[in-house]
Amino acid sequence: MKKMMRRTFGAIAAGAVLATGVASTGPALAQSKVLKFVQNGNLTILDPIWTTAYVTRNHGYFIYDTLFASDENNVVKPQMVDKYEVSADKTVWSFTLRDGLEWHDGTPVTSADCVQSIKRWAARDAMGLKFMDFVKEFKEVDAKTFQIVLKEPYGLVLDSLGKPSSQVPFMMPKKVAETDPFKQIDSQIGSGPFIYQKDESKPGEKHVYLKNPKYKPRSEPASGLAGGKVVKVDRVEIVEMPDTQQQVNAMIAGEIDVLEQPPHDLIPVLKKDKGVKLVDWNPLGHQFIIRFNWLQPPFNNQKIRMAALLAMRQEDYLKATVGEPEYYKVCSAAFVCGTPNAFDAPNGLLVKPDFEKAKALLKEAGYDGTPVVLMQSTTLPVLTNTAPVTKQLLEQAGFKVDMQSMDWQTLVTRRTKKEPASQGGWNVFHTFSVAADILNPIATSYMVANGDKSWFGWPTDPEMEKLRDAYAKETDPAKGKALAKAVQDRALETAQYGWIGQWYGPGASRANISGWLKAPVPVMWNIEKK
Amino acid sequence: MIDFIVRRLIAIIPVLTVVAILVFLMLRLTPGDPAAVIAGDNATSDQIADIRTKLGLNEPIWTQFVIWIGDMLQGNFGESFFFKKTVAELIAQRIEPTLALAVCTLIFAVGISVPIGVLAAYRQGSLLDRVVMGFSVVGFSVPGFVIGYCLIYVFAIELGWLPVQGYIRIGVNFWGFLERMVLPSLTLSVGFIALISRITRASVLEVLNEDYIRTARAKGLSNRVVLMRHALRNAAVPILTVIGLGIAILIGGAVVTESVFGLPGLGRLTVEAVLSRDFPTIQAVILMFSVVYVVVNLLIDISYTLFDPRIRY
Repeated sequence: MKKMMRRTFGAIAAGAVLATGVASTGPALAQSKVLKFVQNGNLTILDPIWTTAYVTRNHGYFIYDTLFASDENNVVKPQMVDKYEVSADKTVWSFTLRDGLEWHDGTPVTSADCVQSIKRWAARDAMGLKFMDFVKEFKEVDAKTFQIVLKEPYGLVLDSLGKPSSQVPFMMPKKVAETDPFKQIDSQIGSGPFIYQKDESKPGEKHVYLKNPKYKPRSEPASGLAGGKVVKVDRVEIVEMPDTQQQVNAMIAGEIDVLEQPPHDLIPVLKKDKGVKLVDWNPLGHQFIIRFNWLQPPFNNQKIRMAALLAMRQEDYLKATVGEPEYYKVCSAAFVCGTPNAFDAPNGLLVKPDFEKAKALLKEAGYDGTPVVLMQSTTLPVLTNTAPVTKQLLEQAGFKVDMQSMDWQTLVTRRTKKEPASQGGWNVFHTFSVAADILNPIATSYMVANGDKSWFGWPTDPEMEKLRDAYAKETDPAKGKALAKAVQDRALETAQYGWIGQWYGPGASRANISGWLKAPVPVMWNIEKK
Repeated sequence: MIDFIVRRLIAIIPVLTVVAILVFLMLRLTPGDPAAVIAGDNATSDQIADIRTKLGLNEPIWTQFVIWIGDMLQGNFGESFFFKKTVAELIAQRIEPTLALAVCTLIFAVGISVPIGVLAAYRQGSLLDRVVMGFSVVGFSVPGFVIGYCLIYVFAIELGWLPVQGYIRIGVNFWGFLERMVLPSLTLSVGFIALISRITRASVLEVLNEDYIRTARAKGLSNRVVLMRHALRNAAVPILTVIGLGIAILIGGAVVTESVFGLPGLGRLTVEAVLSRDFPTIQAVILMFSVVYVVVNLLIDISYTLFDPRIRY
């Protein structure tokens, strides 16, 4: 009876839906390959320079292209650039664009567009700001060639232009890129492999992208974010679905094709379904961070910060937040394990706590027992359990901890306050980064130590800034690596901040989906739907 | 009657003024800074301060209030901090799913709760009565999202009869629209059914003991006519009142239901706006909900006259 009901209901519904669906959408769409993709969050802002939101960065990769891009092994390769040269004194970089690059409105991509796009990006991005410290001028040689003239050699020119994650130096038409970097752009014209369908897209419901028929992919095979961006579906729809349980339900029911990152506690549900497969698309993963406020007691004292670091045990955090060892890695390297700049911290720091030494340091520093205000975010599931672990570890080391729970937006507001904790300020909080954002001392905003211009916590350490500058100027990779280690050592010596575990979150797709590239960003080119 | 309507409409003004002041002050006094949200994770304090200035958030609160009220009086709800759209556009884009959900829920709720409430009263003490009362307790007690997930598990995942989530606009595909409205409306209507069926039962029970019901029966009228024409009509006023008050439940429930079922309506817009501290959007949506609540209750008051001729305004 149940089966009969199901068949009857299904037949009626399917017939009705098919009839009305085909009638309303037309045969073209009915036959086209549509990929339905759910991201971790709603896409509300469409300017990837104006915000660092990862969903907006993903949108950027749909419609824009980049001069350079990193491949699967994090090696920066030309993307829009056909060839580039650097002068013998390493101060003049010349870039020539590929043939046939066009904006979605059919006009050619020019060097003027690229120069203006770099300027706008560099006004907002930490790595861009550093890059501009070294730039003397931009020169437009001709429509396809431009030069960047540096004041002195800079070791991260290609890394900057090929920065993979927020904020990505996307190329935009000159007129669009002339928009004030602190105002959102109005246009969605890019030169990337997809064209945004503004009329069909409804924020809060869905965003629609069509394959760009005029896009000329590079001839190399796709690898990471580099290589040929060959689009193998006709249309991608980003479906806005805020509820993670519903994302998983919709994946099991076959209503969506690709899910960026289901929460760890729902992965077993997906694993059980034969129609779904898990994809490790971001092998570098993410890193948890603990950040101290250098301006207010007690963490304005280096010994007390070090006492806190001595209490850290990465595995406690990873077990409490991620759970399955399959999805985390104990890693004491600031610049992410599995990358060229990965170095273990000395003496088991961050991995094996030394509570006795921490207590002795607290005593030596004269810690008076004033509770440290630890801000706990309760709305980002992956962060929620970090603060209780910190509270327990710090208390074991002899701290008194006042853990205050709040939503993430309240936390990001409060972390801007420099006042004492008793007057609405703070002492310590947690965040996390996509590993691709923290692969070297310049890209890692947590390493900046120039007071007010630093990231929240406002560390001041001229020695650290000297090391970072030296790293930025170094063009020899071997010497650069040594400097990256010196930066990490210095950060640990001053207990500038703590990196407390590396974790991974696989994506999910229907079994008929293939070609999801390994990259720090979920990109929809190369994906096939059978 | 017209005097009454005009007086009630005028009374909306102070209500909305109080709501506007409260919403404005609560948003400014609660923690959370849209500039910090906009600036993103890598922003420095200087960048956040710059954005605050550009959004006008550094002005004194009373200045911000005067500007906002002035704009509102000219029909300008402002521009969302995040969506790069006017709030009026956003509301227009999001109103259809919420309206559809509300209408379908009301149809389900009234269509189910009034008959079962009347039957429960008519068969007081019977098994049916106990089942209806038991259901109303459960309907009140179980949170909407739990009901939603249970319905999804049974009807969408196990049986595969209905879609898990999403919304198709009524003009695009009517059947697709209906399919996607069934589970959310059922979810939202459970609490409503519980409330209305209980009130209907109590009201009808009271009326069934009246002399005129005995007279109607003595005249030889059928049970159906006695119940529907005499009992229910006279019990209608409290039922209508509860339906009017229930609009607030409906608005609150829409926030959760729309999130669970992925409906891109005003409820979800409210959640998104609150989480991102999008002040202009929150203020406009709450004011709009207040207007809807007041106007619906005015309509309910007017409708009393249809059921009870003794009521005159």
